[in-house]
Amino acid sequence: MKRYIFRIKRFNPETDQAPYWQNFEVKLEPMERLLDGLLRIKEEQDGSLTFRRSCAHGICGSCAMKINGRNRLACQTLIKDMPETVEIEPLEAYPVIKDLVVDMEPFFSKNEEVMPYLINNDPPPDRERLQSPDDQQRLVESITCIMCGSCTSACPVYWSDRQYLGPSALLKAFRFIFDTRDRATEERLKRIIHSHGLWRCHSIYNCVEVCPKEIDITSHIAALKRFALRNRLKP
Amino acid sequence: MEVIVHNYDTVIIGSGLAGLRAALETTATGSVAVLAKLYPTRCHSTAAQGGIAAALGNEEPDSPEWHFYDTVKGSDFLGDQDAIEVMCEDAVRTVVELEHMGVPFSRTPEGKIAQRRFGGHTREFGAAPVRRACYSADRTGHAIVFALYEQCMLKGVQFFSEFHVLDIVVEEGRCQGVIAMEIKTGKLHAFQAKATLVASGGYGRVFKTTSNALASTGDCLGMLFNRGLPLEDMEFFQFHPTGIYGLGILITEGARGEGGVLRNSKGERFMERYAPTIKDLAPRDMVSRAILTEIREGRGIDGRDYVYLDLTHVPRKNIEERLPEISSFCKIYLGIDPAEEPIPVLPTAHYAMGGIPTDVDGRVLRDEKGVTVEGLYAAGECACVSVHGANRLGCNSLLDTVVFGRRAGKAINKELNGLKQGSIKKELINQVFEEIDRLINSKGTEKIGKIRKQLQQKMMEHCSVFRTEEHLKMLIDELKDIKERYRDIGLKDTSGAFNTELLEAIELGHLITLSEVIAHSALRRTESRGAHYREDFPKRDDENWLKHTLAFKKSGAIEFAYKPVRITKFQPQERKY
Repeated sequence: MKRYIFRIKRFNPETDQAPYWQNFEVKLEPMERLLDGLLRIKEEQDGSLTFRRSCAHGICGSCAMKINGRNRLACQTLIKDMPETVEIEPLEAYPVIKDLVVDMEPFFSKNEEVMPYLINNDPPPDRERLQSPDDQQRLVESITCIMCGSCTSACPVYWSDRQYLGPSALLKAFRFIFDTRDRATEERLKRIIHSHGLWRCHSIYNCVEVCPKEIDITSHIAALKRFALRNRLKP
Repeated sequence: MEVIVHNYDTVIIGSGLAGLRAALETTATGSVAVLAKLYPTRCHSTAAQGGIAAALGNEEPDSPEWHFYDTVKGSDFLGDQDAIEVMCEDAVRTVVELEHMGVPFSRTPEGKIAQRRFGGHTREFGAAPVRRACYSADRTGHAIVFALYEQCMLKGVQFFSEFHVLDIVVEEGRCQGVIAMEIKTGKLHAFQAKATLVASGGYGRVFKTTSNALASTGDCLGMLFNRGLPLEDMEFFQFHPTGIYGLGILITEGARGEGGVLRNSKGERFMERYAPTIKDLAPRDMVSRAILTEIREGRGIDGRDYVYLDLTHVPRKNIEERLPEISSFCKIYLGIDPAEEPIPVLPTAHYAMGGIPTDVDGRVLRDEKGVTVEGLYAAGECACVSVHGANRLGCNSLLDTVVFGRRAGKAINKELNGLKQGSIKKELINQVFEEIDRLINSKGTEKIGKIRKQLQQKMMEHCSVFRTEEHLKMLIDELKDIKERYRDIGLKDTSGAFNTELLEAIELGHLITLSEVIAHSALRRTESRGAHYREDFPKRDDENWLKHTLAFKKSGAIEFAYKPVRITKFQPQERKY
C-alpha cells in the first residue's frame, strides 16, 4: 500500500459560491484503479464526494474525468501510473452539476443531430443483410465508442464553439455513412456539413490523445472529409 | 412537498436490452417512458461480451431443437421447457431482426453473421460443441444496446435518464406506476401508467467478487418483494468461471470458444477430467466448481487461489479481431498480452437465474398458481420465466432479454386497451418523501460503505459456489447483524442534487433484502442442482426438488411456496458432458 494525495475539485451548487480544491489522503495498491481510490474516499472519509461510476472496467463510459490535466476514465487509470499527488477535476466544457459530475446533455444532444441510427427502408430479406468482413472491419473503431465524452471535452474547437458537433458525433456519423447497409448517406451528410460541423475539425488530435478506447477519431473525420469532397458537398 | 406527475401508457424501468426492446415494441401503440438510473447506454447489458445464441447454422449445421435441448440440460432440468422452446424457436428470427436494425455483427467470409463456440452449446444433443454464438468481436452487448437505443431514438421513445426508481406502486390488485427521483435535482416524480415493465437487470453486487456493474443492485426486486410479491429461484446465482483474478472483471467464454483452455499449476488441461466430451466448453456451473476444486486440492497456480486461462496457442490475428476488448483488459489491468502469457482467473459472480416470476409474455405472477398482477410486466435478468433454470448457458442471456422484452411489449400492446390509467395516491408519495427525508437526515454511527463491504464479504464466504447448512446458517446470523447496523447509518451528504450517498443507502437496503432471500432459499433447497451446490447434499434430488422456489415476505418473515417445473419434451437425466 502506498499513500496518495487526491486533490479533488469540489462544488456543491446548494452550498458553494464557487468550486474549491480539497485534499484527501488514500492508501492504494499499485494495481488498483484511481476509481478504487475515489470509492474508498466516499466509503471511509466523505460520503458526499460525488462522481459517476458503474461498470468499473471501461465499457459503460460513466467515470470520465480530468485526471492530472488529461481526460481519462477513472476505472481505467491504474494508480501505479500516477504521481503521489493526483489532481482530479470534472470534464471541461460541460456545465458542472456537483463535484466531478457534469451535465452530459450538451454532449448527447450533438449525437442526435447526426441521425445516429441505421436507416434502410428496402424490404428486409428473410435472413441477415450480407456485409463483407472488410466492410464490417471498417466500422470496428467507430462502433467501439462508449460515449464517455472525453473527446469532445478535450477539443479546442468545441471550447470556442459550443455549437460544434464535436469528435464523438462526427465519429457516429462515420459509423453510419460507412455502413454498407445504411441508405441515408446524403441526408446525414447534410446534417454534418454546416458551419458548426465537419469542416470545423482542424485535426488537432486532442480527441485521439484522450480516447480511452484508443479510437483514431481524427482519421475517421478525415475520411468523412475526403468522402464529402468526392461527393462535392462542400458547404 | 413538490412532486411532478406524468401519465404514460407504458412505463419501462431500465434501459438495458430487455427494456429497450420492449420500448421499441410498445412505442407502436402508445406513449412510452423509459426510466434509467444511468444514461441509457451505460446499462450493464453493454458489458456483455461473447455473443447471442441462435441456431443460424452459418458456420456449420445447427438446429433450434439442439439449442432447446442444450438449454434444458444446461439448466439442470429446472428450466421451464415451454418457455425454453419459445426462446430457442424465436432465436433465429430475433438475431436476423437485430441485424436489420443495424447491429454490426462480425461476419463470415461470405458476409453472413459469424458464429463461434460457447459453453454448453452442442450439435446433435451433446455430441460436440457447435458454433451458435453470434458476435460482434467481444463487444456484442455494447453493439446490440447501441443499435436498439438508436432505433428507440428514431421511433421517438422518451427517455428519463438518471431517474432512480424508489417505488413500484402495486395497489388495489394492480400496478399503478412508479415513483422515481430525478437524480440531478433530487425532485420526486410520479409516473402513472396503464402498464409498467420492470427490466432493471441483475444484482451481482450482493457478492464481493463480481463482473457486475456498481449499479447492479436489484432495487426493483427488493421493492416488489417488500410489497408482498414473490421472488423465484433466488438460490441460483451463476458464477462465471473466468473473472480476472482479484478484480472479477469478465473474460468472455468466447475466449474458450476461440480455443483457449484452462490450466492448473501442473500445466494440465484439467477440464478434460471433469467434462471429457466438451472439456473447457462445459457449462459455467461445472467449470466454476472444477476451478475451485483444483484450487482446493492444491493445484492453483503457485499454490495460490487462481488458475490460468491460456490463449497463447490461439493465433494472434484471431485474438486481435475477435477478442480485442478482453485483450485490452488484460493489458490495462494485468499488464499482460494474452497472446504471450496466460491470464490468471477465478470465478466471479455473474448472473442471477432467479428473479421476478413471469409467464412467457412477461406478465408478473403473484403466486405459485400463476395468477398475474394486472398492469405489471418484467423481462430480462430481473425476471424469471424460467428459461435458465438452475444454470444459464452463455449467450442465452442476450437472447432472453430480446425475445422476452419483445414478447412483454407485445403483451402490453394487446392488453393496453383493457387497462385503466394508473393512479398513485398522494399518501404514498408522502411516504416515499418521508423515507428519503429520514435517510438524508440519518445521523447514526455506521457508514454504508462499511456495511456493504461486510455484506458482500459474508455472501462470498458463505453463499457462493459451494454451500453448506452450517455456512448458510452463519450467514443468516450475520445478515441479522448487518440489518441492525443498517438501521444505524449516518449520511454526510444532506443535499438534494445528485445525492449519490443517499442512493447508495437505498441500494444497500435492497442488497440486504435480496441477500436474505438468497440465503434462505439456498438453505431450504437440500440438493445440488446447477449453480446451487450443497456440499452436504451433493446429489440432484428430482424426487423432492424438481420444483421452483417462490419466496414471499409475510409479516416480516420469509415464507416459501413451490411450483412444478414444466417439462414437455426432455425428461430429466444425469447431466454429463
